[in-house]
Amino acid sequence: MKNIWYEIFLAMRTNKLRTILTGFSVAWGIFILIVLLASGNGLKNGVQKNFDYMAKNTVSIYAGTTSMPYNGLQSGRRLSFSPQDVDFFKHHFPNIIDYSPVYRSWNTNISFGKESVNTVIFGVEPGYKTLRTTKIKQGRFINEIDIAEQRKVIILHPNFVQTLFRDVEVTGQYVLVNDVPFQVAGVYEESSIFRTPPAYIPFNTAQAVFNSSKFIDEIAFNVTGVETKEESDKYRKELTRILSSRMQFSPEDQHAIWFNDRISSYRETQQIFSVISIFVWIIGIATLMAGIVGISNIMVITVKERTHEFGIRKALGATPASILKAVVLESLVITLMFGYIGMTLGVFITETASALMAKKPTGNSHEDMTVFVNPTVDINIVLGAMTVLVIAGIIAGYIPAKRAVSIKPIEALSFK
Amino acid sequence: MIQLTNIHKTYYTGAPLHVLKGIDLTIEKGEFVSIMGASGSGKSTLLNILGMLDTYDKGTYLLDGRLITEMNETKAARLRNQYIGFVFQSFNLINFKTALENVALPLYYRGIGRKERNRTALEYLDKLDLRDWANHMPNELSGGQKQRIAIARALIAKPHVVLADEPTGALDSVTSQEVINILRSINAEGLTVIVVTHAAEISAQTDKIIHLKDGMISEIISNK
Repeated sequence: MKNIWYEIFLAMRTNKLRTILTGFSVAWGIFILIVLLASGNGLKNGVQKNFDYMAKNTVSIYAGTTSMPYNGLQSGRRLSFSPQDVDFFKHHFPNIIDYSPVYRSWNTNISFGKESVNTVIFGVEPGYKTLRTTKIKQGRFINEIDIAEQRKVIILHPNFVQTLFRDVEVTGQYVLVNDVPFQVAGVYEESSIFRTPPAYIPFNTAQAVFNSSKFIDEIAFNVTGVETKEESDKYRKELTRILSSRMQFSPEDQHAIWFNDRISSYRETQQIFSVISIFVWIIGIATLMAGIVGISNIMVITVKERTHEFGIRKALGATPASILKAVVLESLVITLMFGYIGMTLGVFITETASALMAKKPTGNSHEDMTVFVNPTVDINIVLGAMTVLVIAGIIAGYIPAKRAVSIKPIEALSFK
Repeated sequence: MIQLTNIHKTYYTGAPLHVLKGIDLTIEKGEFVSIMGASGSGKSTLLNILGMLDTYDKGTYLLDGRLITEMNETKAARLRNQYIGFVFQSFNLINFKTALENVALPLYYRGIGRKERNRTALEYLDKLDLRDWANHMPNELSGGQKQRIAIARALIAKPHVVLADEPTGALDSVTSQEVINILRSINAEGLTVIVVTHAAEISAQTDKIIHLKDGMISEIISNK
């Protein structure tokens, strides 16, 4: 056995360039496959993480504009929720855990000293905290007393804290929100690429200070027992029934009320990702196939080049099996060795990227809104790809070698 | 040692070419025989059939009493390894192996370990005055040296028959004479040596000259 390894090593050393070229196509194939699949996974994990800002079964409803006439009312009627509606729904929507009306004030200026930022502020109730996976970094979130006393307090996102305060202690400071002073009660953290982080103020303060009409467009709440697509569809139907009778629009009207529940949007994204996954796999497999074609090509040329040598060996007593074995083993050694190199490099790069991303400080910059999380590949998939490549390498060596050894020794000897 | 009866061989590449048209020939153990003939007379084909590098269509070939007929390549390879040593006009050394490794190769296919292989190969190189060249590559050697390497390789597996196809065809007259002398001494040790040549001064030094003409033996001259 030692003998045959020496023969193989000698053949590989003699044809260094060929060995390296074959090896490169193999290593490259597996490397690209790993990097591609890892990137796909990273993207998927990243988007998944961005969904975390919403608690699992958060539902939001937004008032729209009717598109059908109903009960003598014209279509094109703009809907919104009155304070009475808000209170009514709180007691009539099924399965509610947490509940908060949302008043948005776009383009609001928050200033501290000479610094100012322009953002959106949300007037919400304490329940809103659990509707989003909001974490408090400093101070507190809006509480019941804020609501009861209609306090002018504000909860900021680290992005604004950085801009407004630099190194000053934040909580307890007063900022001007459209020239109205608010005391900073806390700093919260939430990462999402999907939205600009808002500043939060108590709902009734917002109503009193910024919303003279008292009508709002959004209500958000948490529900139990709505986990599947079926349950989600059923729940949506139930809400539509309640809303349409209260607000006088046709239950068939798709534009009167807009729903957004995490389960549905999560499912939609999942679907997009399964499509992306398929593409990534197709590209990966194509790369792998290019590697296989690379080995096959080079093995065909190799065997052809060595036909004369095989003739000599046969004249000296080499059996076809011994030549076949040598060629197949050589091909196998090359694919294994370089496949391993490609695999190691690929895994090293993806793991390094993953580790760097995990180590990055969080919470105070835009970079925190990541689209790329944990870009790694399941090792079984890597090993599977290696197996495919190795089998392909064996076949790539076997077929031309089989042909070469089946010709008569005298023909092989006269082969140039 | 070798007994041919009515051997026919036709090549079918393009127009059928009837190369051997019934060869009857007996070569005894220990003979030193040359096969002569113009190019196309079939002398190389005959040698290839003797060496089991090629097959024949009709007739019988007995080698050491064993019928050599259609057999699988594995069996043929074993028989070649055991019975026959080849010397070629173009040496046919493997160019990425050293002189020593080239000489040792037949023993590799006999399944002998590397240490013993190399020891034996060195012995044979020594015999042919090439010990100092053992670790040289073929392209670093002269034609005469290459042919002596090839002879050492042909002898190392202790064959019964040495087949030489124009062994001096690529060499000058001085080295040619050296090679013939070596073949002569091999024969003196009891091996059957068959040389294909078209040079009269070579065949004149063998014991028996077989003339081929148009695929038939035209005459056999004893030269002893």
